[in-house]
Amino acid sequence: MESIGVLMTCPMSAYLEQELDKRFKLFRFWQFPQRAQFLKENCGSIRAVVGNATVGADAELIDALPKLEIVSSFSVGLDKVDLAKCKEKGVRVTNTPDVLTDDVADLAIGLCLAVLRRICECDRYVRSGKWKKGDYKLTSKFSGKTVGIIGLGRIGTAIAKRAEAFNCPVCYYSRREKPNCQYKYYPSVTELASNCNILVVACPLTEETRHIINREVIDALGPKGVLINIGRGPHVDEPELVSALLEGRLGGAGLDVFEKEPEVPEELFGLENVVLLPHVGSGTVETRQEMADLVIGNLEAYFLSKPLLTPVV
Amino acid sequence: MASTQESPNGTVIPLPHVLLLRYPAHFSHINYPLPDHLFHLLKPWESPLPLDQFVLAHARSAQAVVTTGGISFHADLMSMMPDLRLIVTTSAGLDHIDLAECRRRGIAIACAGDVYSEVVADLAVGLLLDLWRKVSAANRYVRAGRWARDGDFPLGSKLGGKRVGIVGLGSIGTEVAKRLEAFGCIISYNSRKEKPSVSFPFYTDVLDLASNSDALVICCGLTPETHHMINREVMTALGKDGVIVNIGRGAIVDEKEMVQLLVSGELGGAGLDVFENEPHFPQDLIGLDNVVLSPHCAAFTPESFFNMCQLVVGNLEAFFSNKPLLSPVALEEV
Repeated sequence: MESIGVLMTCPMSAYLEQELDKRFKLFRFWQFPQRAQFLKENCGSIRAVVGNATVGADAELIDALPKLEIVSSFSVGLDKVDLAKCKEKGVRVTNTPDVLTDDVADLAIGLCLAVLRRICECDRYVRSGKWKKGDYKLTSKFSGKTVGIIGLGRIGTAIAKRAEAFNCPVCYYSRREKPNCQYKYYPSVTELASNCNILVVACPLTEETRHIINREVIDALGPKGVLINIGRGPHVDEPELVSALLEGRLGGAGLDVFEKEPEVPEELFGLENVVLLPHVGSGTVETRQEMADLVIGNLEAYFLSKPLLTPVV
Repeated sequence: MASTQESPNGTVIPLPHVLLLRYPAHFSHINYPLPDHLFHLLKPWESPLPLDQFVLAHARSAQAVVTTGGISFHADLMSMMPDLRLIVTTSAGLDHIDLAECRRRGIAIACAGDVYSEVVADLAVGLLLDLWRKVSAANRYVRAGRWARDGDFPLGSKLGGKRVGIVGLGSIGTEVAKRLEAFGCIISYNSRKEKPSVSFPFYTDVLDLASNSDALVICCGLTPETHHMINREVMTALGKDGVIVNIGRGAIVDEKEMVQLLVSGELGGAGLDVFENEPHFPQDLIGLDNVVLSPHCAAFTPESFFNMCQLVVGNLEAFFSNKPLLSPVALEEV
């Protein structure tokens, strides 16, 4: 398989680079500033693209690679891959489900605890020497708060399971009510937001879910409510979220994702009721290795004409 | 202030005298009314006298005392109150009360019971998640504008499959264990005695527990036996990838040794809500990214304070109407 050209779109894992190098002819797209020229020269040998949640495979890239046969994404979400285009051209698409579910759910709960209990802010308070001048103010209890989950798929279900260990009642919104599910279902996001203390975005990003968190939902969540986003930045109307936080119309937010990563709205930097993370939902050594192994496994299966491990298209 | 009450048959009886050792912050924080209508409350903070002189002048008649952590209630002070029969404390720990003297005099103690267990366990899990997933450090990274400038943040560590040793499987430790099981952590514990009703593996020796754990969560009380129980040897057994969470008391850990091991990288990290000499803390920790520091506020939520206020009043009412205390301390077991 050494002659098969694989294009990696951006740096995502040193381990994955090393393992791809061993098996394929790996092109590191970010090392070629003259992209058009690079594509022109190498499009004849590139048969696979490895992308992630930052840079995937858009229509332009797919069109520029006439020999492209498979996109193996180092992510579970495929919002950066033009799936319709792939279908049309017969390009296969795989992602990395399951292996990152626990990490993302863990981080969602970590964000709940960090925002409600002001963990990052307490740490800053101690380090800056303020404790000597008096106690930190009271913070909110997490156990027992109602957790509303948007999208009760693999990740949403894992979040629900963890929230239950904190005695949190769980409710959810999804396109359809899940049969045999003990959690309370709300047929609209606004109703869910009105009936929970903490709203967690855990659905895939699609045209329907873009800006699913809008002003109406934020206002329904209210000045004591907390928004947690471990999905994708564009799930949230970010300017609306920022103004709600600045005006005190929303109680707090824990955000792992943003609309224009790695840019984060600077207005949030001064707020103590937000926790801002650099898209690290799946960011553990253990999980990134499993994701990398799955990306390679899918590519190897494809080029050996075996069934794909985690096909989407 | 009312100092008497009328009994149902019309006779007037004096309200029992209760000394509040200091202003009960739990009540003031959430505007919970002090039970002035039920008890004759003695309030030393309203007097210019030092506490011991106030007690001699005004509180010798006190039958009950309400105290908190952080203020020592020693035998000398108790000796000024010959009628003292009950101490109600709003703290989870009992290290500020002379227990031997209580035992000798037959003074009953009502403690915080389970009131703080959930919120303290929540913070313990929050600190552990913060350490393994680098939440506070990553939040600093983003706020400093480094994500756009320096690229991806270093990877954290997965919770699932990690071995967590709970030191002290009381009410808080049990809540911690229950929460961490949902994250796929493997729980074992150390306690004075093995708990027959618990299925987690038990280690008689905290050193063995540390050798077989990726994290220790300190949930026990501070007693002469647990003072500096987490010493250099225990922390070295936990190792360079191991982390400690302490939501018990600062002095359970040998802080000086811990700081040395953290600085030299022989201990992987620490999430600390408590310190040996609060509100002071070792300045060497300020520059470390592998520690999360919290100002002894694990129990400080409006929800738990409300329950605590109810419990204080409930214990006093039970005591003075000769009913069993709501959250008695079994002094023979302490």
